[in-house]
Amino acid sequence: MARLLSLALVIVLWTVAAAAVDSSLLPGPVAVGEAMLRDARSLALPYHLACTLLRVIAAFAIAFSLGMAAGFAMGKWGLVDRIGDPWLVILLNLPALVTIILAYVWIGLNETAAVVAVALNKFPNVVVLTREGTRALSPEMEDVAQVFCLSGPARIRHIVLPQLAPYLAAAFRSGISIIWKIVLVVELIGRPNGVGFVLGSAFSLFDMVTIFAYSIAFIVIMLAVESLIVQPLERNASRWRRKAA
Amino acid sequence: MQAVGAEKLLELRVDSKTYRSAKNAPIEVLRDFAFELAPGSFACLVGPSGCGKTTILRIAAGLDRDFQGERCISPSTRVGMVFQEPRLLPWRTVEDNIRVAMDAASATGSIGEWLERFDLVEQRRQYAGELSLGQARRVAIVRAMSVGPDLLLLDEPLVSLDETVAARLRGELRAIAETRKLGILLVTHDLAEAIELSDRLLFLGGKPACVMLERELSIPRSRRDRRTVAALVEEIAGETNAR
Repeated sequence: MARLLSLALVIVLWTVAAAAVDSSLLPGPVAVGEAMLRDARSLALPYHLACTLLRVIAAFAIAFSLGMAAGFAMGKWGLVDRIGDPWLVILLNLPALVTIILAYVWIGLNETAAVVAVALNKFPNVVVLTREGTRALSPEMEDVAQVFCLSGPARIRHIVLPQLAPYLAAAFRSGISIIWKIVLVVELIGRPNGVGFVLGSAFSLFDMVTIFAYSIAFIVIMLAVESLIVQPLERNASRWRRKAA
Repeated sequence: MQAVGAEKLLELRVDSKTYRSAKNAPIEVLRDFAFELAPGSFACLVGPSGCGKTTILRIAAGLDRDFQGERCISPSTRVGMVFQEPRLLPWRTVEDNIRVAMDAASATGSIGEWLERFDLVEQRRQYAGELSLGQARRVAIVRAMSVGPDLLLLDEPLVSLDETVAARLRGELRAIAETRKLGILLVTHDLAEAIELSDRLLFLGGKPACVMLERELSIPRSRRDRRTVAALVEEIAGETNAR
Protein backbone atom coordinates (compact mmCIF):
# COMPACT_ATOMS: atom_id res chain seq x y z
CA MET A 1 0.00 0.00 0.00
CA ALA A 2 2.78 2.41 1.01
CA ARG A 3 4.54 1.52 -2.24
CA LEU A 4 1.50 2.40 -4.34
CA LEU A 5 1.00 5.70 -2.51
CA SER A 6 4.61 6.62 -3.00
CA LEU A 7 4.34 5.79 -6.71
CA ALA A 8 1.14 7.84 -7.04
CA LEU A 9 2.90 10.78 -5.38
CA VAL A 10 5.67 10.64 -8.01
CA ILE A 11 3.08 10.79 -10.81
CA VAL A 12 1.28 13.71 -9.15
CA LEU A 13 4.54 15.64 -8.73
CA TRP A 14 5.45 14.89 -12.34
CA THR A 15 2.07 16.16 -13.58
CA VAL A 16 2.38 19.36 -11.55
CA ALA A 17 5.96 19.98 -12.65
CA ALA A 18 5.13 19.35 -16.33
CA ALA A 19 2.16 21.74 -16.14
CA ALA A 20 4.25 24.40 -14.39
CA VAL A 21 7.16 24.22 -16.85
CA ASP A 22 4.89 23.79 -19.88
CA SER A 23 7.74 22.87 -22.22
CA SER A 24 8.33 20.11 -24.73
CA LEU A 25 11.44 19.24 -22.69
CA LEU A 26 9.29 17.87 -19.86
CA PRO A 27 6.20 16.13 -21.27
CA GLY A 28 3.46 15.21 -18.78
CA PRO A 29 2.25 11.68 -17.96
CA VAL A 30 -0.68 11.94 -20.33
CA ALA A 31 1.44 12.75 -23.38
CA VAL A 32 3.88 10.00 -22.49
CA GLY A 33 1.05 7.51 -21.92
CA GLU A 34 -0.45 8.33 -25.30
CA ALA A 35 2.92 7.78 -27.00
CA MET A 36 3.27 4.44 -25.25
CA LEU A 37 -0.17 3.33 -26.39
CA ARG A 38 0.47 4.49 -29.95
CA ASP A 39 3.77 2.59 -30.20
CA ALA A 40 2.28 -0.42 -28.47
CA ARG A 41 -0.44 -0.57 -31.14
CA SER A 42 2.04 -0.19 -33.97
CA LEU A 43 4.07 -2.99 -32.28
CA ALA A 44 7.20 -0.79 -32.37
CA LEU A 45 7.38 -0.68 -28.57
CA PRO A 46 7.02 -4.45 -28.00
CA TYR A 47 9.52 -5.11 -30.80
CA HIS A 48 12.25 -2.89 -29.39
CA LEU A 49 11.56 -4.07 -25.84
CA ALA A 50 11.86 -7.69 -26.97
CA CYS A 51 15.16 -6.99 -28.75
CA THR A 52 16.61 -5.44 -25.60
CA LEU A 53 15.22 -8.09 -23.30
CA LEU A 54 16.65 -10.93 -25.41
CA ARG A 55 20.07 -9.28 -25.30
CA VAL A 56 19.76 -8.91 -21.54
CA ILE A 57 18.87 -12.58 -21.15
CA ALA A 58 21.63 -13.82 -23.46
CA ALA A 59 24.32 -11.67 -21.82
CA PHE A 60 23.04 -12.63 -18.39
CA ALA A 61 23.15 -16.34 -19.14
CA ILE A 62 26.69 -16.16 -20.51
CA ALA A 63 28.05 -13.96 -17.73
CA PHE A 64 26.45 -16.13 -15.07
CA SER A 65 27.37 -19.58 -16.28
CA LEU A 66 30.98 -18.68 -17.09
CA GLY A 67 31.34 -16.41 -14.06
CA MET A 68 30.09 -19.03 -11.63
CA ALA A 69 32.39 -21.69 -13.04
CA ALA A 70 35.43 -19.36 -12.97
CA GLY A 71 34.58 -18.00 -9.52
CA PHE A 72 34.13 -21.48 -8.09
CA ALA A 73 37.45 -22.65 -9.55
CA MET A 74 39.24 -19.56 -8.22
CA GLY A 75 37.72 -19.95 -4.77
CA LYS A 76 38.56 -23.63 -4.65
CA TRP A 77 42.09 -23.81 -6.03
CA GLY A 78 44.78 -21.33 -5.05
CA LEU A 79 46.75 -21.75 -8.28
CA VAL A 80 43.76 -20.90 -10.46
CA ASP A 81 43.15 -17.88 -8.26
CA ARG A 82 46.71 -16.63 -8.61
CA ILE A 83 46.62 -17.07 -12.38
CA GLY A 84 43.17 -15.59 -12.84
CA ASP A 85 43.35 -12.72 -10.37
CA PRO A 86 45.27 -10.19 -12.53
CA TRP A 87 42.81 -10.77 -15.37
CA LEU A 88 39.95 -10.29 -12.99
CA VAL A 89 41.34 -6.98 -11.76
CA ILE A 90 41.77 -5.78 -15.36
CA LEU A 91 38.23 -6.78 -16.30
CA LEU A 92 36.78 -5.23 -13.14
CA ASN A 93 38.40 -1.90 -13.89
CA LEU A 94 37.91 -1.84 -17.64
CA PRO A 95 35.34 0.87 -18.47
CA ALA A 96 32.21 -0.54 -20.08
CA LEU A 97 32.69 1.75 -23.05
CA VAL A 98 36.14 0.32 -23.79
CA THR A 99 34.83 -3.24 -23.82
CA ILE A 100 31.96 -2.22 -26.08
CA ILE A 101 34.19 -0.40 -28.57
CA LEU A 102 36.75 -3.22 -28.63
CA ALA A 103 34.03 -5.82 -29.15
CA TYR A 104 32.49 -3.89 -32.04
CA VAL A 105 35.87 -3.24 -33.64
CA TRP A 106 37.20 -6.77 -33.30
CA ILE A 107 34.05 -8.85 -33.70
CA GLY A 108 32.12 -6.51 -35.95
CA LEU A 109 28.94 -4.48 -35.67
CA ASN A 110 26.75 -7.49 -34.99
CA GLU A 111 24.66 -9.25 -32.35
CA THR A 112 27.53 -11.44 -31.12
CA ALA A 113 29.68 -8.42 -30.39
CA ALA A 114 26.84 -6.70 -28.54
CA VAL A 115 26.09 -9.67 -26.29
CA VAL A 116 29.76 -10.46 -25.69
CA ALA A 117 30.47 -6.86 -24.69
CA VAL A 118 27.66 -6.84 -22.14
CA ALA A 119 28.50 -10.28 -20.76
CA LEU A 120 32.15 -9.25 -20.36
CA ASN A 121 31.07 -6.29 -18.28
CA LYS A 122 29.07 -8.40 -15.87
CA PHE A 123 31.33 -11.46 -15.81
CA PRO A 124 34.01 -10.23 -13.34
CA ASN A 125 31.38 -9.24 -10.81
CA VAL A 126 29.87 -12.74 -10.85
CA VAL A 127 33.36 -14.21 -10.52
CA VAL A 128 34.17 -12.09 -7.46
CA LEU A 129 30.94 -12.93 -5.64
CA THR A 130 31.08 -16.65 -6.44
CA ARG A 131 34.73 -16.74 -5.37
CA GLU A 132 33.88 -15.19 -2.02
CA GLY A 133 31.04 -17.64 -1.56
CA THR A 134 33.25 -20.59 -2.45
CA ARG A 135 35.92 -19.47 0.01
CA ALA A 136 33.26 -19.31 2.71
CA LEU A 137 32.07 -22.90 2.09
CA SER A 138 32.05 -24.77 5.37
CA PRO A 139 34.69 -27.50 5.66
CA GLU A 140 32.44 -29.18 8.25
CA MET A 141 29.75 -29.67 5.62
CA GLU A 142 32.39 -30.96 3.22
CA ASP A 143 33.26 -33.61 5.83
CA VAL A 144 29.62 -34.65 5.97
CA ALA A 145 29.53 -34.99 2.19
CA GLN A 146 32.68 -37.09 2.26
CA VAL A 147 31.68 -39.40 5.11
CA PHE A 148 28.32 -40.12 3.53
CA CYS A 149 29.92 -40.48 0.07
CA LEU A 150 27.72 -37.94 -1.70
CA SER A 151 28.14 -37.98 -5.48
CA GLY A 152 29.31 -34.86 -7.32
CA PRO A 153 25.85 -33.69 -8.38
CA ALA A 154 24.43 -34.41 -4.91
CA ARG A 155 27.22 -32.37 -3.32
CA ILE A 156 26.52 -29.43 -5.59
CA ARG A 157 22.79 -29.62 -4.97
CA HIS A 158 22.67 -30.29 -1.23
CA ILE A 159 25.95 -28.89 0.09
CA VAL A 160 27.42 -26.27 -2.24
CA LEU A 161 24.50 -24.41 -3.84
CA PRO A 162 22.58 -23.75 -0.60
CA GLN A 163 25.70 -22.15 0.84
CA LEU A 164 26.39 -20.14 -2.33
CA ALA A 165 22.76 -19.00 -2.61
CA PRO A 166 23.15 -15.62 -0.84
CA TYR A 167 26.19 -14.76 -2.97
CA LEU A 168 24.47 -15.81 -6.19
CA ALA A 169 21.39 -13.83 -5.21
CA ALA A 170 23.55 -10.74 -4.73
CA ALA A 171 25.18 -11.33 -8.12
CA PHE A 172 21.75 -11.85 -9.70
CA ARG A 173 20.37 -8.66 -8.18
CA SER A 174 23.24 -6.40 -9.14
CA GLY A 175 23.55 -8.28 -12.43
CA ILE A 176 20.05 -7.47 -13.64
CA SER A 177 20.49 -3.77 -13.02
CA ILE A 178 24.01 -3.48 -14.45
CA ILE A 179 23.29 -5.55 -17.53
CA TRP A 180 20.24 -3.73 -18.72
CA LYS A 181 21.96 -0.38 -18.33
CA ILE A 182 24.92 -1.54 -20.41
CA VAL A 183 22.71 -3.19 -23.02
CA LEU A 184 21.20 0.23 -23.74
CA VAL A 185 24.66 1.74 -24.30
CA VAL A 186 25.60 -1.12 -26.62
CA GLU A 187 22.41 -0.57 -28.60
CA LEU A 188 22.96 3.16 -28.73
CA ILE A 189 26.40 2.71 -30.23
CA GLY A 190 25.94 -0.09 -32.72
CA ARG A 191 22.55 -1.74 -33.07
CA PRO A 192 19.63 -0.93 -35.40
CA ASN A 193 16.97 -1.88 -32.82
CA GLY A 194 16.28 -2.11 -29.12
CA VAL A 195 15.41 0.49 -26.49
CA GLY A 196 18.91 1.99 -26.58
CA PHE A 197 18.68 2.54 -30.35
CA VAL A 198 15.27 4.25 -29.99
CA LEU A 199 16.56 6.48 -27.18
CA GLY A 200 19.55 7.43 -29.33
CA SER A 201 17.48 8.47 -32.32
CA ALA A 202 14.95 10.27 -30.11
CA PHE A 203 17.81 12.15 -28.46
CA SER A 204 19.05 13.44 -31.82
CA LEU A 205 15.52 14.73 -32.52
CA PHE A 206 15.01 16.06 -28.96
CA ASP A 207 11.90 13.86 -28.89
CA MET A 208 11.40 13.81 -25.10
CA VAL A 209 8.03 12.05 -25.25
CA THR A 210 9.54 8.97 -26.89
CA ILE A 211 12.49 8.98 -24.51
CA PHE A 212 10.14 8.99 -21.52
CA ALA A 213 7.80 6.41 -23.05
CA TYR A 214 10.50 3.84 -23.77
CA SER A 215 12.42 4.41 -20.54
CA ILE A 216 9.31 3.98 -18.43
CA ALA A 217 8.15 0.92 -20.36
CA PHE A 218 11.49 -0.73 -19.79
CA ILE A 219 11.65 0.22 -16.13
CA VAL A 220 8.21 -1.33 -15.64
CA ILE A 221 9.43 -4.56 -17.21
CA MET A 222 12.51 -4.67 -15.00
CA LEU A 223 10.36 -4.02 -11.93
CA ALA A 224 8.19 -6.95 -12.96
CA VAL A 225 11.26 -9.17 -13.40
CA GLU A 226 12.44 -8.14 -9.94
CA SER A 227 9.18 -8.79 -8.12
CA LEU A 228 7.97 -11.79 -10.14
CA ILE A 229 11.24 -13.67 -10.62
CA VAL A 230 14.09 -12.41 -8.45
CA GLN A 231 12.27 -11.95 -5.16
CA PRO A 232 10.35 -15.25 -5.21
CA LEU A 233 13.60 -17.08 -6.06
CA GLU A 234 15.34 -15.39 -3.15
CA ARG A 235 12.51 -16.20 -0.78
CA ASN A 236 12.60 -19.81 -1.88
CA ALA A 237 16.37 -20.08 -1.36
CA SER A 238 16.26 -18.58 2.12
CA ARG A 239 13.04 -20.16 3.39
CA TRP A 240 14.96 -22.36 5.82
CA ARG A 241 16.47 -19.41 7.66
CA ARG A 242 14.75 -18.38 10.84
CA LYS A 243 12.68 -15.31 10.29
CA ALA A 244 13.93 -12.27 12.12
CA ALA A 245 11.39 -11.33 14.76
CA MET B 1 44.82 -57.87 0.83
CA GLN B 2 45.89 -60.32 3.52
CA ALA B 3 43.48 -62.77 5.05
CA VAL B 4 43.63 -60.83 8.31
CA GLY B 5 42.29 -57.72 6.64
CA ALA B 6 39.23 -59.61 5.50
CA GLU B 7 37.87 -60.36 8.94
CA LYS B 8 38.66 -56.99 10.43
CA LEU B 9 36.40 -54.10 9.65
CA LEU B 10 39.00 -51.46 10.29
CA GLU B 11 42.69 -51.56 11.00
CA LEU B 12 44.40 -48.39 11.99
CA ARG B 13 48.00 -47.67 12.76
CA VAL B 14 49.05 -44.12 13.48
CA ASP B 15 52.78 -43.90 14.00
CA SER B 16 52.59 -40.16 14.32
CA LYS B 17 50.12 -37.36 13.68
CA THR B 18 51.32 -33.78 13.68
CA TYR B 19 49.46 -30.49 13.46
CA ARG B 20 50.90 -27.15 12.52
CA SER B 21 50.21 -24.45 15.07
CA ALA B 22 49.25 -20.92 14.04
CA LYS B 23 52.92 -19.99 14.29
CA ASN B 24 53.69 -22.93 11.99
CA ALA B 25 55.45 -24.91 14.72
CA PRO B 26 54.74 -28.65 14.48
CA ILE B 27 52.82 -30.16 17.39
CA GLU B 28 52.67 -33.92 17.64
CA VAL B 29 49.28 -34.99 18.99
CA LEU B 30 49.38 -38.77 18.51
CA ARG B 31 52.12 -41.36 18.61
CA ASP B 32 52.12 -45.13 18.17
CA PHE B 33 48.41 -45.65 18.22
CA ALA B 34 47.16 -48.96 16.87
CA PHE B 35 43.61 -50.12 16.76
CA GLU B 36 41.45 -52.67 15.07
CA LEU B 37 37.76 -53.31 15.05
CA ALA B 38 35.93 -56.51 14.15
CA PRO B 39 32.33 -56.64 12.95
CA GLY B 40 29.95 -56.84 15.89
CA SER B 41 32.30 -55.23 18.38
CA PHE B 42 31.80 -51.97 20.21
CA ALA B 43 34.97 -50.09 21.15
CA CYS B 44 35.22 -46.91 23.08
CA LEU B 45 37.95 -44.26 23.12
CA VAL B 46 38.05 -42.52 26.48
CA GLY B 47 40.23 -39.64 27.51
CA PRO B 48 40.30 -36.02 28.60
CA SER B 49 39.13 -33.44 26.12
CA GLY B 50 41.78 -32.24 23.71
CA CYS B 51 43.75 -35.48 23.89
CA GLY B 52 43.24 -36.43 20.25
CA LYS B 53 40.13 -38.62 20.34
CA THR B 54 38.36 -36.70 17.60
CA THR B 55 41.56 -36.74 15.52
CA ILE B 56 41.58 -40.54 15.68
CA LEU B 57 37.94 -40.68 14.68
CA ARG B 58 38.55 -38.39 11.72
CA ILE B 59 41.46 -40.58 10.63
CA ALA B 60 39.27 -43.66 11.03
CA ALA B 61 36.57 -42.03 8.90
CA GLY B 62 39.10 -41.23 6.18
CA LEU B 63 38.55 -37.49 6.61
CA ASP B 64 42.14 -36.89 7.67
CA ARG B 65 44.77 -38.61 5.56
CA ASP B 66 47.66 -36.44 6.65
CA PHE B 67 49.34 -38.77 9.13
CA GLN B 68 52.16 -41.28 9.27
CA GLY B 69 50.80 -44.78 9.44
CA GLU B 70 48.21 -46.87 7.73
CA ARG B 71 44.46 -47.21 7.53
CA CYS B 72 43.05 -50.46 6.21
CA ILE B 73 39.40 -50.59 5.37
CA SER B 74 37.58 -52.38 2.60
CA PRO B 75 36.26 -49.94 -0.01
CA SER B 76 32.87 -51.58 0.26
CA THR B 77 32.61 -50.76 3.96
CA ARG B 78 29.74 -48.42 4.54
CA VAL B 79 30.50 -45.78 7.14
CA GLY B 80 27.98 -43.91 9.26
CA MET B 81 29.23 -41.07 11.40
CA VAL B 82 27.80 -38.85 14.11
CA PHE B 83 29.81 -35.67 14.55
CA GLN B 84 30.20 -33.88 17.84
CA GLU B 85 28.21 -30.93 16.56
CA PRO B 86 25.35 -32.68 14.77
CA ARG B 87 26.26 -31.11 11.38
CA LEU B 88 22.90 -31.51 9.76
CA LEU B 89 22.22 -29.53 6.62
CA PRO B 90 20.29 -26.56 8.04
CA TRP B 91 18.73 -25.83 4.63
CA ARG B 92 17.11 -29.27 4.43
CA THR B 93 14.27 -30.72 6.46
CA VAL B 94 14.82 -33.53 8.94
CA GLU B 95 13.44 -36.00 6.44
CA ASP B 96 15.58 -34.67 3.58
CA ASN B 97 18.71 -34.72 5.72
CA ILE B 98 18.21 -38.43 6.22
CA ARG B 99 17.15 -39.04 2.64
CA VAL B 100 20.24 -37.33 1.19
CA ALA B 101 22.46 -39.73 3.15
CA MET B 102 20.32 -42.75 2.28
CA ASP B 103 20.23 -41.91 -1.43
CA ALA B 104 24.01 -41.54 -1.51
CA ALA B 105 24.34 -45.00 0.03
CA SER B 106 21.47 -46.37 -2.09
CA ALA B 107 20.06 -47.57 1.23
CA THR B 108 16.51 -48.71 1.49
CA GLY B 109 14.43 -48.64 4.61
CA SER B 110 11.68 -46.67 6.19
CA ILE B 111 12.54 -43.18 7.41
CA GLY B 112 9.24 -43.14 9.28
CA GLU B 113 10.24 -46.12 11.41
CA TRP B 114 13.48 -44.46 12.44
CA LEU B 115 11.76 -41.19 13.20
CA GLU B 116 9.22 -42.98 15.34
CA ARG B 117 11.86 -44.89 17.23
CA PHE B 118 13.77 -41.69 18.00
CA ASP B 119 10.65 -39.69 18.74
CA LEU B 120 11.09 -37.32 15.79
CA VAL B 121 7.82 -37.81 13.95
CA GLU B 122 6.61 -34.27 14.61
CA GLN B 123 9.89 -32.77 13.43
CA ARG B 124 9.84 -34.64 10.12
CA ARG B 125 9.19 -31.56 7.97
CA GLN B 126 11.03 -29.02 10.09
CA TYR B 127 14.25 -27.49 8.85
CA ALA B 128 17.26 -28.90 10.65
CA GLY B 129 18.27 -25.39 11.73
CA GLU B 130 15.08 -25.10 13.76
CA LEU B 131 15.72 -28.11 15.98
CA SER B 132 16.88 -28.14 19.57
CA LEU B 133 20.30 -29.65 20.19
CA GLY B 134 18.77 -32.83 21.57
CA GLN B 135 16.56 -33.26 18.51
CA ALA B 136 19.44 -32.48 16.16
CA ARG B 137 21.63 -35.10 17.85
CA ARG B 138 18.90 -37.69 17.44
CA VAL B 139 18.54 -36.82 13.75
CA ALA B 140 22.30 -37.13 13.37
CA ILE B 141 22.17 -40.63 14.87
CA VAL B 142 19.26 -41.60 12.62
CA ARG B 143 21.12 -40.22 9.60
CA ALA B 144 24.17 -42.32 10.43
CA MET B 145 22.08 -45.45 11.07
CA SER B 146 19.79 -45.08 8.07
CA VAL B 147 22.61 -45.69 5.58
CA GLY B 148 22.91 -49.22 7.01
CA PRO B 149 26.51 -48.80 8.13
CA ASP B 150 29.05 -51.58 8.63
CA LEU B 151 31.11 -49.17 10.67
CA LEU B 152 29.53 -46.60 12.95
CA LEU B 153 31.70 -43.76 14.25
CA LEU B 154 30.28 -41.72 17.11
CA ASP B 155 31.96 -38.56 18.36
CA GLU B 156 30.53 -37.63 21.77
CA PRO B 157 27.02 -38.14 20.42
CA LEU B 158 25.35 -37.57 23.77
CA VAL B 159 27.36 -34.67 25.15
CA SER B 160 25.42 -31.74 26.68
CA LEU B 161 22.09 -33.54 26.59
CA ASP B 162 19.98 -33.73 29.71
CA GLU B 163 20.24 -37.02 31.55
CA THR B 164 16.80 -38.41 30.63
CA VAL B 165 17.38 -37.92 26.91
CA ALA B 166 20.95 -39.20 27.14
CA ALA B 167 19.81 -42.31 29.02
CA ARG B 168 17.19 -43.05 26.37
CA LEU B 169 19.69 -42.61 23.57
CA ARG B 170 22.18 -44.85 25.36
CA GLY B 171 19.42 -47.44 25.42
CA GLU B 172 18.94 -47.04 21.67
CA LEU B 173 22.67 -47.34 21.02
CA ARG B 174 22.78 -50.50 23.12
CA ALA B 175 19.89 -51.93 21.15
CA ILE B 176 21.64 -51.09 17.89
CA ALA B 177 24.84 -52.74 19.11
CA GLU B 178 22.97 -55.86 20.20
CA THR B 179 20.78 -56.37 17.16
CA ARG B 180 23.02 -55.35 14.27
CA LYS B 181 26.24 -56.86 13.13
CA LEU B 182 28.23 -53.68 12.85
CA GLY B 183 31.42 -52.34 14.35
CA ILE B 184 31.04 -49.28 16.52
CA LEU B 185 33.71 -46.86 17.65
CA LEU B 186 32.52 -44.35 20.23
CA VAL B 187 34.51 -41.39 21.45
CA THR B 188 33.60 -40.03 24.85
CA HIS B 189 35.06 -38.37 27.91
CA ASP B 190 32.42 -40.00 30.11
CA LEU B 191 33.76 -43.21 31.61
CA ALA B 192 30.36 -44.38 32.89
CA GLU B 193 28.87 -43.99 29.45
CA ALA B 194 31.76 -45.93 27.94
CA ILE B 195 31.35 -48.76 30.45
CA GLU B 196 27.63 -48.95 29.98
CA LEU B 197 27.87 -49.26 26.20
CA SER B 198 31.06 -50.79 24.93
CA ASP B 199 32.87 -54.08 25.18
CA ARG B 200 36.36 -52.65 24.85
CA LEU B 201 37.79 -49.52 26.41
CA LEU B 202 40.88 -47.69 25.23
CA PHE B 203 42.20 -44.92 27.42
CA LEU B 204 44.11 -42.19 25.71
CA GLY B 205 46.47 -39.90 27.52
CA GLY B 206 49.85 -38.26 27.53
CA LYS B 207 51.40 -35.77 25.19
CA PRO B 208 51.57 -36.81 22.40
CA ALA B 209 48.67 -39.11 23.18
CA CYS B 210 48.86 -42.89 23.07
CA VAL B 211 46.84 -45.73 24.55
CA MET B 212 47.51 -45.78 28.30
CA LEU B 213 45.28 -48.69 29.13
CA GLU B 214 43.12 -51.15 27.27
CA ARG B 215 40.35 -53.07 28.96
CA GLU B 216 37.88 -55.70 27.76
CA LEU B 217 34.44 -55.69 29.33
CA SER B 218 33.10 -59.22 29.38
CA ILE B 219 29.94 -58.65 31.45
CA PRO B 220 26.93 -58.76 29.11
CA ARG B 221 25.43 -55.35 28.50
CA SER B 222 22.09 -56.41 29.95
CA ARG B 223 23.70 -56.96 33.35
CA ARG B 224 25.42 -53.61 33.54
CA ASP B 225 23.08 -51.86 35.95
CA ARG B 226 23.90 -48.66 37.69
CA ARG B 227 25.76 -50.30 40.57
CA THR B 228 27.93 -52.48 38.37
CA VAL B 229 28.80 -49.49 36.22
CA ALA B 230 29.63 -47.35 39.25
CA ALA B 231 31.85 -50.07 40.69
CA LEU B 232 33.66 -50.48 37.37
CA VAL B 233 34.11 -46.73 37.00
CA GLU B 234 35.80 -46.63 40.39
CA GLU B 235 37.97 -49.63 39.65
CA ILE B 236 39.09 -48.43 36.25
CA ALA B 237 39.55 -44.83 37.32
CA GLY B 238 41.83 -46.14 40.08
CA GLU B 239 43.86 -48.12 37.57
CA THR B 240 44.27 -45.19 35.18
CA ASN B 241 45.25 -42.85 38.00
CA ALA B 242 47.85 -45.30 39.23
CA ARG B 243 49.70 -45.01 35.93
